[in-house]
Amino acid sequence: MIIRGNAWILGDDISTDHIISGKYRFESLSLEDMLPHVFEGVIPSFYRSVKKGDIIVAGKNFGIGSSREHAPLLLKMIGISAIIAKSFGRIFYRNCINIGLPVLTAHLIPDVTVNGDLIEIDFTQSTVINLSRKIEERFTPFPKEILDIILNGGIIEYIKKKGALPW
Amino acid sequence: MDKSMTEKILSSKVGRDVSPGDIVVAPVDLVYMHDGTAPLIIKNIEEVPTLGRVFDNKKVILVIDHVSPPSTVVAATIHKHMRAFASKFGLKLFDVGEGICHQVIAESGLVEPRNVVIGADSHTTTLGALGAFATGVGSTDASIAIATGKIWLKVPEVMLIKFTGILPKAVMGKDVILYIISIYGVNGFNYKSIEFSGEGLKNISMDSRLTISNMSTEMGAKAALFPVDHISLEWYKSIGVKVDEFYPDPKANYEDEAEIELSRIEPLVSIPPKIDNIKAVSELEGIETDVVFIGSCTNGRYEDFLTAARILRGRKVKTRCIAIPASMKVYRTLLAEGIVNILVNAGCYVAFSTCGPCPGAHMGLLAEGETVVSTSNRNFPGRMGHKDSKVYLASPATAAATAINGKITDPRTYLEGVT
Repeated sequence: MIIRGNAWILGDDISTDHIISGKYRFESLSLEDMLPHVFEGVIPSFYRSVKKGDIIVAGKNFGIGSSREHAPLLLKMIGISAIIAKSFGRIFYRNCINIGLPVLTAHLIPDVTVNGDLIEIDFTQSTVINLSRKIEERFTPFPKEILDIILNGGIIEYIKKKGALPW
Repeated sequence: MDKSMTEKILSSKVGRDVSPGDIVVAPVDLVYMHDGTAPLIIKNIEEVPTLGRVFDNKKVILVIDHVSPPSTVVAATIHKHMRAFASKFGLKLFDVGEGICHQVIAESGLVEPRNVVIGADSHTTTLGALGAFATGVGSTDASIAIATGKIWLKVPEVMLIKFTGILPKAVMGKDVILYIISIYGVNGFNYKSIEFSGEGLKNISMDSRLTISNMSTEMGAKAALFPVDHISLEWYKSIGVKVDEFYPDPKANYEDEAEIELSRIEPLVSIPPKIDNIKAVSELEGIETDVVFIGSCTNGRYEDFLTAARILRGRKVKTRCIAIPASMKVYRTLLAEGIVNILVNAGCYVAFSTCGPCPGAHMGLLAEGETVVSTSNRNFPGRMGHKDSKVYLASPATAAATAINGKITDPRTYLEGVT
């Protein structure tokens, strides 16, 4: 699976509350209604500027905080196709894999990428390339079971397709 | 080979010796959810045929705590769906006012030492204080655990933290965990399990242990376990549950070890917008405060209000002060002991149990530019209201002292000479 998209650069310690404040959960039953609030305190007008397929490139500790799945779900719904970060919050990382939002840990790419750079990720080859700057980084391959979940669009999609869990 | 508590629990559940790094599929003893995470879980169970079941109706719990009672029609609708789901599958549901999930589950005797507990909330680590392997997950993982009774886990590396000494006056469990966070940072224990030990444990109450395990998740910890010692046994006895002691093996392997001398800890405050931005309260005295919040799954227990009441007794608050016990049981004890009277006479707003303003849903949100000193667990921007409001995290003692003065205040000012 190859994903290609333009980068949105974010720094360290972006929490689930930065992605979407927890309070919006109780204002609407529809996730669509929460979309305009994604990153509202971090990137003004993100909702209007983000394009389908864009990739988040962040620093350390992306997604720390709450277990709430609204954070990765809304990023996926808003068009984000993958997240690259130097490290992730534990529960957020697992949630992303479960809902089919590809995530990967990289160390060089977050340092050399600027907003708008074209990024290509090859999950089967475990490479991430900044095409704008022609810089390539290899990342630690996912275990087969996890890659299988990612390639199938998340655990729920996996179960729907195969009628059983991968383990 | 000698094992840590984490390895003992997971080995026994899986039925073979496991070590850090192993991927295991473990049977679970309890799964719970609250009104913040239940909607996505219920949707999965209702819409995905393979997941359309509950593995054991005695082992799945629902708690209405985040917006409780509901402040919006949406929240009321979520609660209605939760009650219908609980009724359909015959599940226990703790309704409005009964308590915050981690606290009400702890005190209801639903968790025992050596259990594997899965909660659809990041603060599920709280229950590690009871000697369980308790970890928070998202709604999808929780749905799968509810349907199958199993969860896949990577066996975590284990970090040992040994306590020595005794806490000084006005220094609480909250200060202990803030101290640890100040050393290790917000991702210092990512994916790891923390185990607490040492002779200093005999000076740490169950209420404080629950606070310490609770906020261990702020360092990325997957679980945070206390041994089951005589203090735990007494606590279990008080809720009518008979359990045995539980310790790690004497020569268990740990990834790393640290020793913390309790007598060196002073009252601490976490400064927004990041939890590990921590300073001594003495360095922050004088910061003007609009609101004080005493409560949440971190600090809404008996000891927390007893300490706050010692400071507030016979005094009046200058800030708005919101005091919310973590459960109905805590509330009843506070009523019986006259602590509610002390709080109300001091001018506090005392409410029935709910998460309240901590997750920013209701009961005291902050306007732009406002400042709260809160006993809760997170201070990311917008957590408790407007994105440009400020959340300082502190112990109930520091919060109470701050409420009296209207600005951040060292609680030792008020607790000298008080026993």
